[in-house]
Amino acid sequence: MSASMANPEKSTADERRSSRWSDGVLECRNDGTSDISCRRFHLPLAPSLQYSDVMIGEGIQSTNQRKHSYVQDHLEVGFFTDPSVCIGCKACEVACKEWNNVPDDGFIWSGNSYDNTGHLGASTWRHVMFVEQDRRKGNQITGPMGLVSQKPEVGDQKSDLTGVAPAKVEDDPFRWIFLSDVCKHCEEAGCLEACPTGSIVRTEVGSVLVQNDVCNGCGYCVVSCPFGVIDRRPKPLHDAGGAFKCTFCYDRQKSGLVPACAKVCPTESIVFGRLDDLRARGAQRLQELQQIGYDDAQLYDPTETSVRGIHAFFLILGEPEAYGLPSKPQIPTIYLKSAWTAAFATAIASLIATVAAFAFLS
Amino acid sequence: MTSEKRLDELREQAWKDGVVAGKGVDVAGGPIPRKPGYYAQPVVKPPVWTWEIPLYFFLGGMAGMLAVIALGAAMFHLVELARGAMWIAAIAGAILSPLLLIMDLGRPHLFLNMLRVFKQRSAMSMGAWILSAFGACVVPGLIALELHTHHIFAGTLDQLLRLAAGLFTFGSAIFGTLLATYTGVLIGATAIPAWFLHRTLLPIHFGTAGLGCAAGLLELLGHRIPALNFIGFYAAAVESALLIWLTVDKHGAADRAIHEHGSGWLIRIGEILNGPLALVLRFFGLVPFAAVSFLIGALVSRFGWIAAGKISGSDPESVFAAERSSVTTPRR
Repeated sequence: MSASMANPEKSTADERRSSRWSDGVLECRNDGTSDISCRRFHLPLAPSLQYSDVMIGEGIQSTNQRKHSYVQDHLEVGFFTDPSVCIGCKACEVACKEWNNVPDDGFIWSGNSYDNTGHLGASTWRHVMFVEQDRRKGNQITGPMGLVSQKPEVGDQKSDLTGVAPAKVEDDPFRWIFLSDVCKHCEEAGCLEACPTGSIVRTEVGSVLVQNDVCNGCGYCVVSCPFGVIDRRPKPLHDAGGAFKCTFCYDRQKSGLVPACAKVCPTESIVFGRLDDLRARGAQRLQELQQIGYDDAQLYDPTETSVRGIHAFFLILGEPEAYGLPSKPQIPTIYLKSAWTAAFATAIASLIATVAAFAFLS
Repeated sequence: MTSEKRLDELREQAWKDGVVAGKGVDVAGGPIPRKPGYYAQPVVKPPVWTWEIPLYFFLGGMAGMLAVIALGAAMFHLVELARGAMWIAAIAGAILSPLLLIMDLGRPHLFLNMLRVFKQRSAMSMGAWILSAFGACVVPGLIALELHTHHIFAGTLDQLLRLAAGLFTFGSAIFGTLLATYTGVLIGATAIPAWFLHRTLLPIHFGTAGLGCAAGLLELLGHRIPALNFIGFYAAAVESALLIWLTVDKHGAADRAIHEHGSGWLIRIGEILNGPLALVLRFFGLVPFAAVSFLIGALVSRFGWIAAGKISGSDPESVFAAERSSVTTPRR
């Protein structure tokens, strides 16, 4: 399953050492195996590919396909997810499930557009959202959409070609946005702070990881995540009782591989790479989109709140609420001070009241 | 029903009524979702905790405050009362409470992992340590108290036991007050709007309810003394004030789980039982009735708060409304 998905990656450790990047081209040693995709990498870059103004279609140049050593080099990594190029194929969901052996989300028709996945949870680590809005997408040209407005009206000028009355021109914009949601791997992570067992840790690459063998399933991380990502897996699924969420494919990253979802993303809507690079690319992409008419495009990376930014950030069209994302996510530890103050005050008041009662009334 | 059939049924219904009833399904007037957020999917996750947790909140809170009463009684030589309080505190706090918590774990056999780390910033970790410390004080305290009361040993050893009983009772009382109040911090410092919006009220409520329950239970067991009656008055008065606070301190859609729904009713009934009703009954000298009213109220209210968390956590509007209210805006 994994081998078919990750073609250039089935190389052994020796092969991996021989694979080097130079000028953005992967040099694969061709050791007699007829690996066509590998041979193709030897070709010089087509001139058109060298001008990489656009983000999509970077193919082999992309950080999504490269081997890396971010874990060994302790470099912060991230996901940048761009809905403007997402085609809603859900390959990321499938790849995630296959690689990580995640149970299914249930086979039910939700009636919510093409989304039958629902929400991120213990068994849903990638979730493609299908947002339907009565708004314009970029400089999209919209015509009449409803059945009502297409009724031919008496006296209207007939169309030359079809003989059918032209539809009444009404601005009836509609857009369909796909966005692959994932654990945000917060800079200040609520789940990590809440975990009483130390099961949830920060990895070398800055991601937030649940150590399954340590988690005892207390469920406190579930209510501490401001994004509703992590959840406890119910019975009778395998590994039931523990808390689960996206691992950022830490196991793959340790071996220099790219997370499964980014690896398979056919349009590179999900980009994996160094966080600094991605932030720069995100800003650049936002500018590009705004220039071509995506007025309501914005980056979703709450650096202003107590979460202090997320490692898996998004470009969104419109308001975060439409994607079920909180616009001002807060790490719950900011509430500790006032709550503990009230607790200590109550503790002292109870002690004083009790001792006073016995002192004066017995 | 096969999925295809269900799809046909949804189409049929949508065509006929224009609306499909169901979670997150809304096709009224066209394909544009009109529900708040993303198809009314929850933004945060509701708690996974079941009945064990509110029952633990009740028993743990009572046990903790029983140790406080035991300390007060021991200080003023009411040995029988101190013994009774310590016995129940040990059973409820050192046996039943850990048992309930372990039962609620997804992986009960890993319960000892709770003591793997000490994390100040995790109320759950602090709670695990507080409960452990309470158990480590209340059990030896009870044993020392019993040995001393029955004068099993003579002379110096008996005096040492007396000292040990005093010290361990003191420790139990200190950790007991924290055991009764930390649960409010536990659910107050979460991402659930109905909880974090009331994070100052919760520890006061849980702690005071624990104290009132401790006094009420001892009174029901026959310890009818003015000191316990006073504690009962104090707890009921504070709870009445909290009822008023809760009624005034509304946050609209953000905390409607507290004021509406079944959870709202549970909280309100609980607060009335351990607030004004207990106060009035105690005023008219109906102490046992007041005690029963307070105990039931405290128990019902704990279940109400957990239920409110579940409803609030499943309601995307509560999160959005809480964000809009100025309460959560960080002051920088």
